[in-house]
Amino acid sequence: MTAAVEAEVGRARRRKEDARLITGRTRWTDNLTLPGMLHLAILRSPVAHARIAAVDTSAAEAMPGVLAVLTGVDLAKEQGSMGCAWPVTPDMAAPQHPAMAVDTVRYAGEAVALVVAASAYQARDALDAIDVEYADLPVVLDVTRALAADSPLVHPEFGSNRCATWVFDSAEAGTGGETAPAIADAEVVLRRRFRQQRIIPAFMEPRSVLVDPTGDQVTMWSATQVPHILRMMLAATLGLPEHKLRVIAPDVGGGFGGKLQVTPEEVLVLLAARRLGRPVKYTETRSDSMLSCHHGRDQFQDLTLAARPDGTITALEVELLADLGAYLGLLTPGIPLLGAFMFNGIYRIPAYRFTCTSVFTNKMYTDAVRGAGRPEATFGIERMMDELAAELGLDPLEVRRRNWIGHEQFPFTTVAGLTYDSGNYEAATDRATELFDYQGLRREQARRREQDDPTLLGIGVSTYTEMCGIAPSKVLGSLSFGAGGWEHAAIRMLPTGKVEVVTGSSPHGQGHETAWSQIVADRLGVPFEDVEVLHGDTQISPRGMDTYGSRSLAVGGVAVLLAADRVLDKARPVAAHLLGCAAEDLDFAAGRFTARGTENGVSIQEVTGAVFAAHDLPDGFEPNLDAQATFDPENFSFPHGTHLCAVEVDTETGAVKIRSYVCVDDVGTVVNPLIVDGQVHGGVVHGIAQALFEEASYDELGNLTTGTFADYLLPTAADLPHLVTDRTVTPATSNPLGAKGVGESGTIAATPAVVNAVVDAVRHLGVTDIEMPCTPQRVWRAIGGGA
Amino acid sequence: MRVTVIVDGVSYSDDVEPRLLLVHYLREHLGKVGTVVGCDTSNCGACTVHLDGRSVKSCSVLAVQADGREVATVEGLARDGRLHPVQQAFHDNHALQCGFCTPGMIMQAVDLLADDPDPDEEAVRAGLEGNLCRCTGYQNIVRAVLDAARRMSPGAGPEAERLTDEAAQVTHVAGGGQ
Ligand code: FES
Ligand code: FES
Repeated sequence: MTAAVEAEVGRARRRKEDARLITGRTRWTDNLTLPGMLHLAILRSPVAHARIAAVDTSAAEAMPGVLAVLTGVDLAKEQGSMGCAWPVTPDMAAPQHPAMAVDTVRYAGEAVALVVAASAYQARDALDAIDVEYADLPVVLDVTRALAADSPLVHPEFGSNRCATWVFDSAEAGTGGETAPAIADAEVVLRRRFRQQRIIPAFMEPRSVLVDPTGDQVTMWSATQVPHILRMMLAATLGLPEHKLRVIAPDVGGGFGGKLQVTPEEVLVLLAARRLGRPVKYTETRSDSMLSCHHGRDQFQDLTLAARPDGTITALEVELLADLGAYLGLLTPGIPLLGAFMFNGIYRIPAYRFTCTSVFTNKMYTDAVRGAGRPEATFGIERMMDELAAELGLDPLEVRRRNWIGHEQFPFTTVAGLTYDSGNYEAATDRATELFDYQGLRREQARRREQDDPTLLGIGVSTYTEMCGIAPSKVLGSLSFGAGGWEHAAIRMLPTGKVEVVTGSSPHGQGHETAWSQIVADRLGVPFEDVEVLHGDTQISPRGMDTYGSRSLAVGGVAVLLAADRVLDKARPVAAHLLGCAAEDLDFAAGRFTARGTENGVSIQEVTGAVFAAHDLPDGFEPNLDAQATFDPENFSFPHGTHLCAVEVDTETGAVKIRSYVCVDDVGTVVNPLIVDGQVHGGVVHGIAQALFEEASYDELGNLTTGTFADYLLPTAADLPHLVTDRTVTPATSNPLGAKGVGESGTIAATPAVVNAVVDAVRHLGVTDIEMPCTPQRVWRAIGGGA
Repeated sequence: MRVTVIVDGVSYSDDVEPRLLLVHYLREHLGKVGTVVGCDTSNCGACTVHLDGRSVKSCSVLAVQADGREVATVEGLARDGRLHPVQQAFHDNHALQCGFCTPGMIMQAVDLLADDPDPDEEAVRAGLEGNLCRCTGYQNIVRAVLDAARRMSPGAGPEAERLTDEAAQVTHVAGGGQ
C-alpha cells in the first residue's frame, strides 16, 4: 500500500493547477465556444448624469450580422433591480438599480443598450450606429459637497445623497468608555484627515459571461468569484427558479474582490440569451472593465487620537465619509463598516467611536477590493501611530509597543468588541527589525539629513492585524448581512481508493486544488496525487459561500478537514469488522487502521473497496463512506504581522524608490509555504500599488480619466523591490486547522508602511501627510517644490 | 484578405478582414485560445507571442501582417511531452497564481533569455516591464526567469533540465490534455 509518509500540511508542494495554465490549456470563460453562439456588446453612457431623451436603434438593427438590439425600455419589465445583500441600517436609502438604464443614467459607463450579433466585431460595430440623445442633468462628484442642501441629487426620491449613517460607540456597546470626555481631558490630541483614494481591482482576466438557455434550463459560465451567490441572486433578481439555473465559474483569472459581484452584464446576457433562445457570450474589453467593474476604497477619514504624554492612547474617534458611487452593488454599503472593527488595530484603546456616513455620487459604485474596509482602517490607525510617535518624539516602534496587546494577554476582547484569539506582536516585530537592520537604516537616515543629501531616506512601520475567515454567521446576522458565513465540503471515496473533494469555495488563483489535496492526503493518509478537488460549478458543488475575505482556508479548508474526519468515522466500524476487533481498539495512522498491539491492519483504500463491494459489512451498515461537512466558524481569525519599508525620496524630482521591504507575517498554520509566500508577495505589491501608483480619477464632468491601462498605472516588475518575507506561527485557536488566512494581509499592511516611509523621509521639512498615490508630483509639491 | 501563416508548426490559410487583430485570429479563427487578451491599449502583454522568433504583442499586430510568417504561442512550447525550461521554472518557482498573465509572461521570458542568456535580477525586471501581473507581485516570476536562465545555460548540462518525478507527472498531464 502507499501511504503519505511525509506530512503534507506544511509542505511546499508545487501546484496541481499549473499544468494547464503554463501550457495554454486553460478554460477561461472567453475560451468557450458553443454551437450557434452569439456575441453581445454593450453601449455605455458617455455622460455621468442625464435623462435618456431618445434612443434610435434602427440603423444598428440593419447592420450585418445583428440579431437584436435591446434598450433599457425593452428590458424594463423583466430585468428587476440588482440586489444589495447588505442593508446596513433599517433606514438605508436603497435605490432601484436596473441592469440597464431605463430613463436616467447616473454614472459614465452605465449600460444603455446592447447588441447581439453573429460575431464580436459585428456586435461592436453596431454599437456605433445606436443613436442616444441625452438630456444632461447636474452631476454630483465631490463627496464632501454631496450632502450640502443645494447639491444635485443622484436619486431625487430620497431628498438627499445620504445612503446611511452607521455608528459604533464603545460606551453604548459596553466594550469601552466614552470618547468625548477622554478627548477633552487628554494632554495630547491629534487630528488628521486622510484620504483613501478610489482604486480599480484590475484583475488580469477581463470579465466574461456565457449563457446557454435550453428549454427552461439556463447554464451560465462566468468569470466570477462567487458562483453560488450569483446563482441565488440571479434567481432572486429575475424571479427564475433556482433549480433551473446552473452557474459555472471555470478557470477565473484573478478577482481581488472585483469579481465578488453580481453584475448587470450577467443579467443582461442571461436575458438576451433567453430572448433569442441561443447561447450568448459577452467579454468585456479592458476599457469596459475599468468603467463598469466596481471600484474600491474612496473615503475620507477624520481621525482624532487622544493620548498621554508617554504615548498611551486614551481614545480614538473615527468619522468616515464614504463615496459609494451611484448605486449599491452586492456589498457596497457594508464595506466601509468592516473597518469599524479594525481601526483599533492591535492596540489597547479604552474608548472608541466610529461613525460612517455613506453618500451617493455620479460615479461607478464601490464595493469590495482586496481587504475591503480593513486596508482603509489599518491605514488610518497605522498612519496615526506614526503621527503620534512624531508628535511625542518617540520611535514609531516604541509607541506601538506601549499600546499593543501583549502576547500573554490573549484572548483579548477589543474596544470594537472582537475577541482576538491569539497573536504575538512582539515576536513578529523583533524578527522584522532584525531582518530590516532597523537601527542601521535609522543611522543612515540621520546621516543623509545632516549632509543635506538630496536623496532622503524614510522608514515606515505597519504593525497590522485583520479579521479573516469571514465569517461567523451570527456576527454577520448582527451586522444585517443577508446571508451566513459558513462553508461546505464533501468527500467522495471512489471504489479504486481515489478521492474526490468537493469544495464550496471557488478559487481564482489561490491554489485550492493543491492545498485541499494536502489537507485530505494528510488526514486520510492517501497520496497527494490520489486526491482531486472539484469546485466552481453549482451542479458539482451545490452548496457554498465562495471565495473572498481570506476565508477559503480558515473556513472552507476546515470544512474539508471535518468532512475527512467524518469519512474516517464511517470507515472505522468497517475496519474493525474486517480486522475482527472492536472499533475502540483501532489505531489510525498513515492511511491505515490497525488493531492496537498487533500488526493486523487494513488501509483506507481497502476499507473503501470493501464498502463499495458491500459483500461483508457490519450489520445494518449503509454502504457509503462519502461524507460532507459545513463549517460555521465561532470567531474570525486574526492574522497579524510587522511590515517595515525603507524608501529613498529624491527631493529634486519627488520620485520615491522602495529601497527595502521586510514583512514578517503570522498567518497561523501554513498548509503550503510556497502558496502562502506567493499570496504575501502579491498582497504586498497590491498595497504598494495603492500607496504609490494607482488612482481612479474622474474629471469635473464625471468622465473616468483613468479608463485604460495606459492611464491607470499598475506597477510593473521594474517598479518593485525584492521583498523579504518571513513568518512567525501562532496558530488560530478558533478552528481545528489553526489557519488564519493570507489573501489580503499584505495589501492591508503594505499601504501604510509605504506612506509612513514617504512621510518619514520628509517629515523634518514640515510634512505630516501626502495623499495617495504618492506620485513624484505630489511628493515634490509637499516638500515645497515649485513654491 | 488572404493570410497564410504557420502557427506552432501548423500551416493555416484563411480569408480575413483586414482589421482583424492577430490575437483574435489566433483565438477565434484557429481556436488557439492559449493566448489571451488582457487590455485594449497594448499595455498588459497577456497576448505576447513570437513572430518569426521575436516576441510581439499580438493585439497590436494585424493578422494580415503575419502573412507568410511564423507564429509561436505558449501552446507550442512543450516538445515531445516535455515542458520548455521556462514553463518548468514557472511551475517550480510558483510564478503564477491565476495564470492569466502566464502565457504572455512565459513567451516574453523566452524572448528575454534569447537576447540575454544570463540576465541579472534588474535585467529580468526591465525585460518584463511590458507584462502586467496582478497576482504574484512579480517576485516569483523574476525568480523563475533567473532559474530558467540557469537551467538553459550552455554549461548547465542535462542535470539542469532533469525533471523530478513530480515535474514529469505535470508534463504528462499537460500532454494528456492535448
Ligand atoms: S492584450 Fe495585448 S497588450 Fe494587453
Ligand atoms: S498570475 Fe494572475 S495575473 Fe499573473
